[in-house]
Amino acid sequence: MTHASAANELPARKPARNVVYGNIVLGQLAILLGVLVAWHFLTLYKVIPPFFFGEPVKVFERIWFWFSTGMIFQHLAITLLETLLAFGFGMVFGVGVGLALGLSPVLAALLDPFIKAMNAMPRVILAPIFIVWFGLGIWSKVALGFTLVFFIVFFNVYQGIREVSPLVLANARMLGASKGQLLRTVYLPSATSWVFSSLHTSVGMAFVGAVVGEYLGSSQGVGYLILQAEAVFDVSTVFAGIIVLTTFALILDATVTVIERRLLAWRPQA
Amino acid sequence: MLMTMENPRVRAEAPPAAVTLDAVTCAFGNYVAVADATLTIGEGEFVSVVGPTGCGKSTILNLVAGLLEPTAGTVGVGGAPLRGLNGQAGYMFQSDALMPWRTALDNVAIGLEYRGMPQDERRRQARLWLRRVGLEGHEEKYPHQMSGGMRKRTALAQMLILDPRILLMDEPFSALDIQTRHLMENELLELWSADRKSVIFITHDLEEAISLSDRVIVLSAGPGTRPIGEFHIDLPRPRDVAEIRLTGRFLELHTEIWNTMRDEVMKAHGKGPRQ
Repeated sequence: MTHASAANELPARKPARNVVYGNIVLGQLAILLGVLVAWHFLTLYKVIPPFFFGEPVKVFERIWFWFSTGMIFQHLAITLLETLLAFGFGMVFGVGVGLALGLSPVLAALLDPFIKAMNAMPRVILAPIFIVWFGLGIWSKVALGFTLVFFIVFFNVYQGIREVSPLVLANARMLGASKGQLLRTVYLPSATSWVFSSLHTSVGMAFVGAVVGEYLGSSQGVGYLILQAEAVFDVSTVFAGIIVLTTFALILDATVTVIERRLLAWRPQA
Repeated sequence: MLMTMENPRVRAEAPPAAVTLDAVTCAFGNYVAVADATLTIGEGEFVSVVGPTGCGKSTILNLVAGLLEPTAGTVGVGGAPLRGLNGQAGYMFQSDALMPWRTALDNVAIGLEYRGMPQDERRRQARLWLRRVGLEGHEEKYPHQMSGGMRKRTALAQMLILDPRILLMDEPFSALDIQTRHLMENELLELWSADRKSVIFITHDLEEAISLSDRVIVLSAGPGTRPIGEFHIDLPRPRDVAEIRLTGRFLELHTEIWNTMRDEVMKAHGKGPRQ
């Protein structure tokens, strides 16, 4: 009797939330399906020209072809490699320069106008220069992604250093911390938390740098596939590329969320 | 009305004072926070410093800690003038100064880590201290997962694990609810009585000051704060901070000290002396 009532009570609450959540997911799927169906029939009956808007069936045929033959994987791997390299280099240099400037007000004042100018510059415009410097291979894309990631990481580290709680700092000094120990146990962890809070943006930017770099001139990568398709007005393949990239970006973002949760266990859940 | 009482115990034995302030003035630009303050804290003595809000109580503590340098006068520690940070002092701040990215255990162990103690040994000692302040089983919690009282206990253990000879406490319990506060005060007294360290305890709460201390020092309202009264607290130890408030002697002392404090509190609120 008691067993039965307990069993009744527990699920009674859970489904309430699950039903709402399930309905939302259903709604989201309905929206997606609606857009696809509308796209299909609008292009089928030539309401909008399929030449410019592509056809969903062809788009999915293309995606199926890419994955079933496995030819997409080498391009995805290149794009991923460029993204990770841009992110890694941007991270290392951003943290280094951020630390140096955060801890030295003189250096920060000296370099301030240059950093502002470089950050204000539209970075995409550098892509042709990078292609000249680093060639059509992955390094010109890494360089472009780097310029995007670097500033995000740099500004966050700089801010993190500046906003270290003076109380935590005074406390660490009273507990006997040397300068190096202050850097390791107070400044770095504080800056790290700022860097992690911008992880989504910086990974996203590394990805943008890689894809835009590929699109502007390359011999491999998903951006290159889109570039090729566009050159022959194969709009369906362009859309297929966009869908693959979007999915890829979502997976990347989810991975960051998982990593973030592990590393920032000390922070209260927002 | 100004009342100064000698502390016969300290004067008679005359060991080198733990902390001395000799005609210390501390100014920030044109603002004089502390003016010409002279103060002596004996070895093993528990001294509370009370004063109205914004009177520069924390400034005095920061001077003794070496976090601030006096504009004029000297701060002495163990008979020698203080240069740089006060290495013999532990400091418990008014608000949270724990590292939010470290667990309770690692927060308590940080001072030993700075001294270069191997991880196993410092963790063992930190565990011991967490048990002493009643936080057994909470070693792996981060500051945001702990209550205000638990964070204060962690900060207390973090300070005491280094075995400092002088404890500087800046309204450490002011943010706690009254029950937790009494509990913490009693625990502090118990820990203190085990190996009498010299304590400077800053508070705006006169009852807290009387129930904890050997001596209470009253500060004038700021700016230009200086000690204006000194009272020997002859209540018997060990004490229970909640019960001792009900004794006749406590009330006498309270009245006596409050008479000195009242005018300063009124000044601090811009009302001037009454009548």
